[in-house]
Amino acid sequence: MNALLIAVLAVPAAGAAAVGLLPARLDRAARLLGVAVAAVTLVAAAALYRPGGAWSGYGVEGYDVRPWHSVDVPWVPDLDLRFHLGVDGVSYPLVVLTALLTLLCCAYTLKHVPEPGAGRKLVALLLALQTGVLGVFLALDLLLFFVFFEITLLPMYAVIAVWGGARRRRAARKFVLYTLAGSVLLLLGVLAAGSGAGTLQLTSANFDGGVLVFALFALAFAVKSPLWPLHTWLPDAHTQAPTVGSVMLAGVLLKMGTYGLIRVGLGTAPDGAERLAPVLGVLAVAAIIVGSLVCLAQTELKRLIAYSSVGHMGFVLLGIATGTAAGIEAALIGNVAHGVITGLLFFLAGAIKDRAHTGELAELGGLRETAPRLAGLLGFAAVASLGLPGLAGFWGEAFAVVAAVQVGGPLWTTLGVLAAVGAALTAAYFLRLLRLVTHGPAATPPLAGITRAEWVAWAPLVLLALVLGLAPGLVVDMASGAVDALTGAAR
Amino acid sequence: MNDMTGAGDDALALLPELLLLIGAVGGLLLGLWTPQHRQWRVRVVVLVACVASAVTAAVGLAGEDRRVFEDLWVIDTTTGVVRITVALAVAVAVWLVSASLSGHPRETEAYVLMLLGALGAVALAASADVLLLVAAYLLASVPLYALAGYTKDARATEATLKYYLMGAFAGVLLLVGAAALVLAAGSTGYADLAAALPEAPAPLLAIAVLGVFAGVAFKAGAVPLHFWVPDVTAGTAPAMAAYITTIPKLGAVAAAFRLVDEPFADVPLDVPLLVAVVAALSMTLGNLAAFAQTEVLRLLAYSTVSQVGYLFMVVAVAGRTELAVPALAVYLAGYALTNLGAFAAAAVLGHARSIEEWAAAARRRRALVVGLVVCLLGLVGTPPTAVFVGKLAVFTAAWDGGLAWLVVLAAVNTVASLFYYLRWIAPATVAVPTGSPAADGSGGHEVRTMTTREQALTAPPVTVHALAAASLILGVGSGAWLAVALP
Repeated sequence: MNALLIAVLAVPAAGAAAVGLLPARLDRAARLLGVAVAAVTLVAAAALYRPGGAWSGYGVEGYDVRPWHSVDVPWVPDLDLRFHLGVDGVSYPLVVLTALLTLLCCAYTLKHVPEPGAGRKLVALLLALQTGVLGVFLALDLLLFFVFFEITLLPMYAVIAVWGGARRRRAARKFVLYTLAGSVLLLLGVLAAGSGAGTLQLTSANFDGGVLVFALFALAFAVKSPLWPLHTWLPDAHTQAPTVGSVMLAGVLLKMGTYGLIRVGLGTAPDGAERLAPVLGVLAVAAIIVGSLVCLAQTELKRLIAYSSVGHMGFVLLGIATGTAAGIEAALIGNVAHGVITGLLFFLAGAIKDRAHTGELAELGGLRETAPRLAGLLGFAAVASLGLPGLAGFWGEAFAVVAAVQVGGPLWTTLGVLAAVGAALTAAYFLRLLRLVTHGPAATPPLAGITRAEWVAWAPLVLLALVLGLAPGLVVDMASGAVDALTGAAR
Repeated sequence: MNDMTGAGDDALALLPELLLLIGAVGGLLLGLWTPQHRQWRVRVVVLVACVASAVTAAVGLAGEDRRVFEDLWVIDTTTGVVRITVALAVAVAVWLVSASLSGHPRETEAYVLMLLGALGAVALAASADVLLLVAAYLLASVPLYALAGYTKDARATEATLKYYLMGAFAGVLLLVGAAALVLAAGSTGYADLAAALPEAPAPLLAIAVLGVFAGVAFKAGAVPLHFWVPDVTAGTAPAMAAYITTIPKLGAVAAAFRLVDEPFADVPLDVPLLVAVVAALSMTLGNLAAFAQTEVLRLLAYSTVSQVGYLFMVVAVAGRTELAVPALAVYLAGYALTNLGAFAAAAVLGHARSIEEWAAAARRRRALVVGLVVCLLGLVGTPPTAVFVGKLAVFTAAWDGGLAWLVVLAAVNTVASLFYYLRWIAPATVAVPTGSPAADGSGGHEVRTMTTREQALTAPPVTVHALAAASLILGVGSGAWLAVALP
């Protein structure tokens, strides 16, 4: 099974190199190869599942990761670096989500190559990006985690800077600078945590970082997640990125921040996490409220969806901040749900922009006359995103609020209530979006119907949004053992 | 008889240095009797000597640490790493320089001087005696003065004069420091100094430490003795600048490391703090100065100043953490590779002085741009390049050695450095729309002029790609390199 773990990283890495090196005349073949590679990766990632989990309960003392599978070989022995990978209930859903979204993006690129072409290179970069993200989710060595965290930066930069919109360079640079600032904090956190514990292995129970360590990690991941007020890179990056770039960014890259906060932040500095929880909670609720209010005022489709991510990730961070099992489970399901739904939303937004040649809400309208199926899907995704019970978005938001109220005390009760208000605002701006875009008189001539490639890319997301909404236990159950151990240490 | 065999063993212990010397002398003699257009023979001799030196040094690493020639010369991990790195780096530099030097009237002389300078760098790293350090300083300096002024034009002459004057000044300081050490301890050997210096009077010690470090900092190009770096770098050909900014630094950093580790280990002054401040100033001022540069070579020059800052971090914790030696070993090798690679990228389009010119000339050479990006990101320390592992090791060592503030500063500097590397990467990677007839016409002309140049310069592009690849390989395989370096 360990070979499988290696394969999950090696296949996309090798695929990225192979696809990127094929000559221009084999562009289509290269993209097909990319899809095949992504498919193999998805199969390998899915096969990592171990039914029933291998959680034998709590660690002897404190937090103790017990992965389902792991690979642990020395990398640079003299510096005590290890190539230590593993997967457990916390990371498994994200690994599969990453593999799935990459596959869908690669498949989408078969038919839709954004300007200036060279689709094989875009696919190669997507695969390289996937390698980095999967590495982040699988790494059980803090430094390896950092390395993979860094590796994701460059492919994403290139995707935005080359295939992006008119102001792509500025957006890409902003993305890089913010992320690098986060990386520095992350590196300092890794050094601080490592020197305190005498080890870098996340499986160790030695970590007892204080406020400093958690603050470093929290800031680093807050940039990535992104947490208000460090979110300002996100709207620009999303608006300028090509469709597949936005999907990967929202669906996968943001998750590295929240996952890191759970795995690394809570895992290495439980004391610090407990002490800083109120700060994190307040910022998370601020993100929810601010994100929603800004969305209400947005006039551009992709920008609106980007800002909605700020609000949604606010719920996830609120769940983490509570430090309770319910809160972290809410964060995990919220993470996956956001990846699925926002991925779908960005696909739809991209499709609408491609057809109508504008993303301005004022210039769109009457979509249900001009492209009824597209309008229907957009409605579905928006309703899922605003947290309608029975669809994926509901559970994360609802349980984050519940968890906050359960913690009790004036602060957390207030935060819970405010977050609930934020949820209502979320509903308001999505309904406004639907009113402006799908209803009203037709503002454009009839748009082209949904192509087969689009159906292939979108259908799995639509299904997942439904399935996760009806059976959130799929994600929560497999993680519950890990979460119990984590909060056992955090309490 | 016993004495003689002992000396023979000692001499064999210096085989890597001897091979460099043989290469230099043999090359000079051969060059004297070789016609102008056949001087490639000298190049072959020199390259073979370098590779042989590196190989014997690698073999020598397996042996015990020891001191030869009456404790003048240390053979240990640090020396071994510098021997290998310097020998290979000189080989690369010679190969790189040969592209523009082939058929030059003074071709042989350049190669010989390069080898002698390399020998000086190794001697700096290996010396365990202040007087030998002074001699090594001269050996590592004098050939470089000649190399800096090699092109004999106005810019080169001015740069050489500046270099020489600063070198002479720093040399005097070094001598004053050495004299102070003799006064304080009555000896020049590091082992004696380490024993005697803790009892020496503090003012004398301060003069000694400052003087000796001034010499070493000059060779390393560290702040505040860095002023020669940008002028010399911009005044010579890029390939020669690659040599001048790489080779002596390797030896000087190792020399500083040994000084802090041994004679100055227990002195009643805070030597590590001094080194840490030099490191902090170098990385910060180097970066700040690099921001405003518009010339490719000056940008790289200031980047080397900041790189020395990171290297001096590990000097500051020499002997205080067991991670120091591995960190030095990785960073030295990574720096040599990556810096040579970046300069090689500049050398490919040596006629382009400014960043814009370079980017314009590189427009149709996507592969070259890829190599450049790998090297520049390598200098930033992006995983998985070699400098990343080096920086990581250095940061960890410094953190372990109690210099957390320096790590924070270095991390901030690392991010800041990306700005100016991006100022070069960004224009070079701009996708140029092709297809309009006008662009094709002028482009065709450009391509023609490029090809005539290319015939003369095949070595630099190959070097860029080889070094970029090596940087990645060393980054991923740094475990293997450390296994070789630290048996």
